[in-house]
Amino acid sequence: MGADLANWLGPAEWAAVRLSLRVSFWATLVSLPPGILAAYALARWEFPGRQVLNGLVHLPLILPPVVTGYLLLLVMGRRGYLGQWLEQWFGIVLSFRWTGAALAAAIMAFPLMVRAIRLAIEAVDPGLEAAAGTLGASRPWVFVTVTLPLILPGIIAGAILAFAKAIGEFGATITFVSNIPGQTQTIPSGIHAFLQVPGGEEAATRLVIVAIVIAMAALLLSEFVARQVARVVGGR
Amino acid sequence: MTLALQVRHRFGGFALDVDVAAPPGVTVLFGPSGSGKTTLVNAVAGLLRPDSGRIAVGDWTLLDTGAGHCLPPHRRRIGYVFQEGRLFPHLSVRQNLAYGRWFAPRDSRPESLDRVVELLGIGHLLRRRPGTLSGGEKSRVAIGRALLAAPRLILADEPLAALDEARKAEILPYFERLRDEVSVPILYVSHASAEVARLATTVIALREGRVVAMGSPARVLGDVAAVGVRDIASVLRARVSAHHADGLSELATAAGPLLLPRVPEAPGTQIRVRIAANEVILAREAPSGLSALNVLRGTIAEIRPGRGPAALVVLAMGEERLSARVTRRSVAALGLAPGQTCHAILKSVAVAPADIGSGRHMPGDADA
Repeated sequence: MGADLANWLGPAEWAAVRLSLRVSFWATLVSLPPGILAAYALARWEFPGRQVLNGLVHLPLILPPVVTGYLLLLVMGRRGYLGQWLEQWFGIVLSFRWTGAALAAAIMAFPLMVRAIRLAIEAVDPGLEAAAGTLGASRPWVFVTVTLPLILPGIIAGAILAFAKAIGEFGATITFVSNIPGQTQTIPSGIHAFLQVPGGEEAATRLVIVAIVIAMAALLLSEFVARQVARVVGGR
Repeated sequence: MTLALQVRHRFGGFALDVDVAAPPGVTVLFGPSGSGKTTLVNAVAGLLRPDSGRIAVGDWTLLDTGAGHCLPPHRRRIGYVFQEGRLFPHLSVRQNLAYGRWFAPRDSRPESLDRVVELLGIGHLLRRRPGTLSGGEKSRVAIGRALLAAPRLILADEPLAALDEARKAEILPYFERLRDEVSVPILYVSHASAEVARLATTVIALREGRVVAMGSPARVLGDVAAVGVRDIASVLRARVSAHHADGLSELATAAGPLLLPRVPEAPGTQIRVRIAANEVILAREAPSGLSALNVLRGTIAEIRPGRGPAALVVLAMGEERLSARVTRRSVAALGLAPGQTCHAILKSVAVAPADIGSGRHMPGDADA
């Protein structure tokens, strides 16, 4: 059965599936801490430039993805302002690498993640945090022992949403890191590439099925985990 | 440990200006809503920073704006019992209880979990989660959680206000035990006279951000500046002398024996009884052929005419004072005047169970 499944997908298709999973996993994981921080800042802190931060976070949601990809190329490309500096000092190159695909996916998924976590933070009763404070917990401890567990369902929902978005990301990815089989060819760019060549429809269809399965699995998993966590957090 | 409260704070059109020092025991902040009680308590907890002031428990200074000193809430060593309980929903009862304990300084000596669990009768709840507890159970766990944080002061902001009468009657005795068995001072917010009469060592009556009366419950609850005229009451210290078979309990007071509906305390126990001035009838002669069981003899100490048709007649009975609210017409008809001997008549059933509480730590008690 395992061998059948392995043979069902061609080597290029397998590479695209593996790469998509790897890109989305890292994109989600790395954007979680800044996502939680941004959500907390937007939900709880009053500071100058709050609206600017809010706009920046949401920009990738409303800009054409190609524009985001091109901006990434301008800033993070080998000749880009930040990209040049990263290569010179750390030897890190993002453009046309899988890490660049992960960066593009993370940026595109960021607004969805922040939105889900922010809603969860806004639903936390500040009275509970004040109570924890009177019991001797400092601010960081209040966050770790009260706020974080209470917003866990929101974090999980945000992470899974971001993962699904990262799997499907196409426009910004192909603009920033192109479509190199085995290196930057994710499931969507794979489907796109197969459809460009005569007789590629079958391979494209197989990748479409894989995409549907991954999306459904992510959705079901998020439902299940969210229900478990809500039971614990809800106090029953 | 003396509780020093010196707070000035202004927001919107409201100004809080308090400068008092309360002796050890239970200090009740008493007043209608909007009088500044919660503002004051939040200033003590550090949840609100007043414009200026000094707050100290004994030599433990929480706030001194003059010296630029202001402890953050988590370093104030305060056990705050919130009205809604505010238990952490994601933790079990045991974890809720242990929460404050975990953050208490190493050199502090918190109460033992077993003792607090026994004191509050919550042993069977330890594995449960807050979402499955009743209102009364939540209140008891909230008290335990505050107590286990090794606090130097316990704050309770109307902890019974969200409970029905039956639950109030269930929780109030635990606060009495706290007062009598735990040596931590308590600052308790209330607008209910019955709670004040039962719990307070000292009452601070607030009106519109200012202290209008302060002292023992007997004094403040009999003061028109602090309570509405219809709520004026006396607080008598009594000792349970016997329980009778017909459902009555006999109490010994400085004013004489008192028969009341059965009280739960064992004979020999000191209790407090709140008697509403509206429920007391006065007679010049010792009455006969009367259904009321209690006739107490006293001397008129003072007659305070009110603005309406009523007057407050204060009788001295030994060390105790008993107030009766009667019409000015009756005062004239009976020819009542200070110094006269007079009889106060009280129906047994006029005293509600909520008005009777265990009565140690009254000012003037040997052990207070």
